[in-house]
Amino acid sequence: MRYAMAVDTAKCVGCSDCVVACQTENDVPHGFARDWVVEVNFGTYPELKTEIRSERCNHCDNAPCVRCCPTGASKIVEGGIVLVEHDKCIGCGACITSCPYDARFSHPDGYADKCTFCEHRVKHGDDPACVAVCPTKCLYFGDIDDPGSDVSGVIRTREYKTLIPEAGTQPQIYFLT
Amino acid sequence: MKEELIISGRMNPNIDPVLHIWHWQIPLYLFLGGLAAGILFFAGLYTILGKGDKYRGAVVYAPFVAPLALVLGLIALFLDLKHQLYFWRLYTTIKLESPMSWGAWTLIAITPLSFLWAALNIREIFPQWKWKFTFLDTLEEFFRRHIIPLAWALVVLSVILGIYTGILFSAFNARPLWNTSILGPLFLTSGLSTGAATIIILARSHKERMMFSRIDLGLIIVELFFIVHMFMGFLASTQVQIDAAALFLGGPYTAPFWVLVVGMGLVLPAILEAMELAKFRVPAIIPASLVIFGGIMLRFIIANAGQVSRWLY
Repeated sequence: MRYAMAVDTAKCVGCSDCVVACQTENDVPHGFARDWVVEVNFGTYPELKTEIRSERCNHCDNAPCVRCCPTGASKIVEGGIVLVEHDKCIGCGACITSCPYDARFSHPDGYADKCTFCEHRVKHGDDPACVAVCPTKCLYFGDIDDPGSDVSGVIRTREYKTLIPEAGTQPQIYFLT
Repeated sequence: MKEELIISGRMNPNIDPVLHIWHWQIPLYLFLGGLAAGILFFAGLYTILGKGDKYRGAVVYAPFVAPLALVLGLIALFLDLKHQLYFWRLYTTIKLESPMSWGAWTLIAITPLSFLWAALNIREIFPQWKWKFTFLDTLEEFFRRHIIPLAWALVVLSVILGIYTGILFSAFNARPLWNTSILGPLFLTSGLSTGAATIIILARSHKERMMFSRIDLGLIIVELFFIVHMFMGFLASTQVQIDAAALFLGGPYTAPFWVLVVGMGLVLPAILEAMELAKFRVPAIIPASLVIFGGIMLRFIIANAGQVSRWLY
């Protein structure tokens, strides 16, 4: 089993509901965000193209944050989810520095924090909060090893890209273009 | 045209707009660790070579600085941690792919050794020194008999310590400026150079001062070569590394790096040391302090600029 997410950049309107849903669901402290929305504008008026991406931790297969963690607090659990074990984390900041996506931050309580793919929800079969709440249904989540899952379906039929694959991280968030 | 903006209002402290998770503690520690590594390396080396009597500054006096530097460095490291009460977790794990884990284990080995080395030489400072308990005399006797293996341990551990301060950075491919394997040798050389400079300051004879001026001059030349090599490597690499080099070649770090590190920290002391070796009268403390200053600046500028350099997507 390998959890993955697909983001339809053509359907996303950038409402940031995913961000708020995550902050609410995961009690993210005020002023912090585990997911965020990026808007990219290409071209010159009137030939413009906009791409809106809801971004978060890429739950990389080759995760530099897991590699550099000196205590093993950052780890990959079932389904390929990259998690931080709070009472093993010393707050050294190595994982924060190692992430090319800047997906991690230092939680005010001291440990490194980031998107968990809502591990507490997905293990009961629910979607992550951001996916469940998305009003345009542009986020797809599921087991990429299962050909019948939503995410496998869109990746099979649509063109997609991942973010900085050349960093060698093997990211697992797919952006449908 | 391509314009990219975060529209959700992500402003994670110390992450946005540019990463700034490591403040003064890490570069200060990297300097102190490198300094201690340099001092202990020469102390061990000249003990093994049997020249302890000739180079008393290197073998006896400078090593008193090492435990001090290591303790201050460890305090800086501890202050850097955000989840401080869990620091002991470093010592419940050995993670070979994490340079920080290597460093933590090296420190726990070399710090007691640096204290031990200072303790064995304590009578050089306090001739009347007596241990309070007799078993300490026995221990001292034991280590005196095994001074050569102890010196070997210092040499090996100090090289690991010195090189790891650079590898700590170079292991992060997310920060293109740091992601060069030359950083390990560069920081090791800089550490040895600052160690040699400390020995120059604490040397007891003109001959020893001259010897370490010569060593330091060689190390500075190697360092300059590494720096040139580093930028050549960047400029021949991918766009992100070209951008990283641009921070120093016209970008915001140009003046601090080339003036404070290369000019004042390397070229100027090299000229002064060369003049000294050519029998000009140069107070040895001037080039030595410049080298130490350059070592501090190198760590601070590389630590800072590395966090600014990034992948763009």
